[in-house]
Amino acid sequence: MKRREFLKNTALVSGAWMIPSFLKPFEAMAFDALPGHKNLVIIQLSGGNDGLNTVVPYGMDAYYQKRKTIAIAPAAVIKLNEVQGLNPEMAALREIYDQGWMNVINSVGYPNPDRSHFRSMDIWHTGSDANQFLTTGWIGRYLDSNCQTCKFPYTAIEVDDTLSLAMKGLTKKGIAVSDYGQLYRNTREPFFKDLVKEHGDNLTEDNMGYLYKTMIETYSSADYIQNTAKTYQAKGVYPQTGFANQLKTVSQFINAGLQTSIYYVSLGGFDTHSGQIAQQGRQLKTYAEGVAAFLKDLHQTGKLDETLVLTFSEFGRRVEQNASNGTDHGTANNVFVYGGKLKKAGIYNDAPNLTDLEENDLKFQVDFRQVYATVLDKWLAVNNSDILDKSFKGLDFI
Amino acid sequence: MMPDRVKNSVKLKHLYARAGFGITPADLKNQEHWPVGKTVRSLFESSERFSPITVVNENTDLVYNGQPMMAANVNMTGGMTGSSGGMMASQADAMRSEETKRLIQETRNRQERDLNIAWMTLMSTTQAQLREKMTLFWHNHFSCRVGNFMYMQDLNNIHRKHALGNFKTMLTEVAQTPAMLQFLNNQSNNKVHPNENFARELMELFTIGRGNYTEQDVRESARAFTGWQYDGKTYQYSFREKSHDDGTKTFFGKTGNWRGEDIINMILERKETAQFLSRKLYRYLVNDVPDEVHIREMADVLYRSGYEIKPWLEKVLTAGWFYEPQNIGNLVKSPVEFLVGLNRQFYITYENPGVLIQFQRTLGQVLFNPPNVAGWPGGRNWIDSSSLMHRLKMPSLILNAGLIEFAGKATPEEEAYIAAMRKQQDSVIKRVQAKADINKFIAGLPPKTSKEEIAGFMLEPPVNPSMLAEAANSPDIKTLLIRLTSTPEYQLC
Repeated sequence: MKRREFLKNTALVSGAWMIPSFLKPFEAMAFDALPGHKNLVIIQLSGGNDGLNTVVPYGMDAYYQKRKTIAIAPAAVIKLNEVQGLNPEMAALREIYDQGWMNVINSVGYPNPDRSHFRSMDIWHTGSDANQFLTTGWIGRYLDSNCQTCKFPYTAIEVDDTLSLAMKGLTKKGIAVSDYGQLYRNTREPFFKDLVKEHGDNLTEDNMGYLYKTMIETYSSADYIQNTAKTYQAKGVYPQTGFANQLKTVSQFINAGLQTSIYYVSLGGFDTHSGQIAQQGRQLKTYAEGVAAFLKDLHQTGKLDETLVLTFSEFGRRVEQNASNGTDHGTANNVFVYGGKLKKAGIYNDAPNLTDLEENDLKFQVDFRQVYATVLDKWLAVNNSDILDKSFKGLDFI
Repeated sequence: MMPDRVKNSVKLKHLYARAGFGITPADLKNQEHWPVGKTVRSLFESSERFSPITVVNENTDLVYNGQPMMAANVNMTGGMTGSSGGMMASQADAMRSEETKRLIQETRNRQERDLNIAWMTLMSTTQAQLREKMTLFWHNHFSCRVGNFMYMQDLNNIHRKHALGNFKTMLTEVAQTPAMLQFLNNQSNNKVHPNENFARELMELFTIGRGNYTEQDVRESARAFTGWQYDGKTYQYSFREKSHDDGTKTFFGKTGNWRGEDIINMILERKETAQFLSRKLYRYLVNDVPDEVHIREMADVLYRSGYEIKPWLEKVLTAGWFYEPQNIGNLVKSPVEFLVGLNRQFYITYENPGVLIQFQRTLGQVLFNPPNVAGWPGGRNWIDSSSLMHRLKMPSLILNAGLIEFAGKATPEEEAYIAAMRKQQDSVIKRVQAKADINKFIAGLPPKTSKEEIAGFMLEPPVNPSMLAEAANSPDIKTLLIRLTSTPEYQLC
């Protein structure tokens, strides 16, 4: 340990004993830009995004046979290789892909897939088996693991009004912040300040202690986030969508130097049982343009190398379209990974097999927990089996 | 043994907080000198009279007959697993015009809203508190979610009818509701293609719990439940001899030509089932942290009575340990308990009751929308940064247009906050549209009740000195009540 660090640490430790804990600013403990700080940004596409019309297997006859009215014509596809290409609404990602900042993992799923939105989302959030019910999320359990980088309540921020299950651990939880100014103002209720002040010490282990601990942490976090975030204004050009706004907020947090490791944002509207072309097209455009703006912004500010972006949906959709020009709930799906330092860019594995199906649905080739395991082991530097209950073999995209 | 250190009024308050949704000053005044046993009896008596919820009165599957709804239609077809449902649904979809689909969706949305509000209102006003509190327990225990709200209402009424009755009767009726048959795919469980979903959850979540059965038990019992279906025209349960697998099955080591009823009997014959249910009820009524000795006592009573719920509850509510200090004021209220408790205590009515659903959503528990078949995990899981801040703010939104009066010295920043809150009062009033009768609450208090005593009354955990000081410096009782309900302590019961 360097002398300066040592002094800083000891000063802090002795100081901390004297300040009542409600006043103890968390930011004082988070040293400026910990070396090796890394950001993970998770993007959830809710409703079950149709992966086959997102990364189009235009080189496969079966695709055109099974999707007579909603297939994307080969000429329109943004070709990535001989077999697969992007939906034309995702043109904004062409440049990202060419830069080597994007990786597509095909056929990600899990055994005995569940076609219910909420159950399958649950499975993705908790990292459970299909017949297992967990009450904590995979990110939440990462927070629980109490690693060096996940001590603070703002280690995981969801840019939303409510907190997803993925972000809830047993003893630690992330924090939902859709508007940090608003969150800050909400915690400034003078009456609450009184409560916090009077309960700063002697927090007990029981539920009462837990409630006060949560309140005090929210109080401090709101303060820390507000004061840190306001030092930076995101400069990149973002489209005028709610989704892009969420990413802009994330960019602001990252660039302001928030000691947050994990960010979570969502985009809905992917449950396309009918009229899919128009509906999915709109959502994919919003997604692609938002992500492209975000990545370029981070590249500009030199933060892209320390950021990894992961996109998933709770399931893909059936290979064969339905009679309403839409698709019904399916199984395996593609997952996107973005970052400035991918070990493997491009398309990670073979395109899905459209003829070897199970109950008319794609068979998964990669367990989604292998993706989590990779991120946990190689990006967040924890042992994946500590978080995922059993050990999963990682992939080598990072 | 329980010494009489815990005051009788504290016991009664605790009893009402757990067996109901909280006590009113008037009830406490009336019963203050009753022994606990008498109050427990009166809680059961008040729960004898009840009526089902009937607000949903059209079955969307029947109303739009000829163009049947997705799940009901699909699952009738033998051999389809739930997962293939979507393909059949797409054909049904095609047969149905966009207009009909829109109508069905609108009807469903309206019914979902009506059903939610009807139950919230019932819980907030009924004399049968214990029955509703247990209905809420069974709602979570037999967690279910389907798009037909007539079926959801029927299921809820079965929970209500048997809430204090016999568990086996309730379980059997629940298993035969269209709601559960759809939700756990037993409708498509037939001898050619057995579907194990119901059989598995029956044991894992509804009765005996993991670790007490084998995969073979799951497979064999699934075969025994083949033919448990509802009729595709009347949507009433009717056993389908033709889809039933009448071969021999080996379940829990016993071989026979078992049917679903036999499986239920064999599961309930196992003491582990009584243990499993008792552990769950203990967490709901007593403490997050299980005490195996107390749970065994409960399981003995349940098992010996043949799964009668009333003696089981009486055992808990009259046990010495139920009133021990470590079991008082330490459970986190669920969002529904929190909202219903407020409604009851302050006689709140809502001009636009839909706001109650918004509140549920904000706090993370929408009735009839459990996260999965395992139900809401409860306890600390209810509380995160955002849900806690919402909870702390909600009583003032309902009772005082978002304002918590503050008497201390405010910093300029706080002054700005207070000014902003005052400015938006009108819009809060317009959005919440709630009327509370705080005077009725106050009228129930014994004469000369001090502010400190009110604090003790409102909060289940022991009141600490700072809270007493907070009480003492409140300018009036309404302000005091708003402050007390805006605390972490108020989240506990």
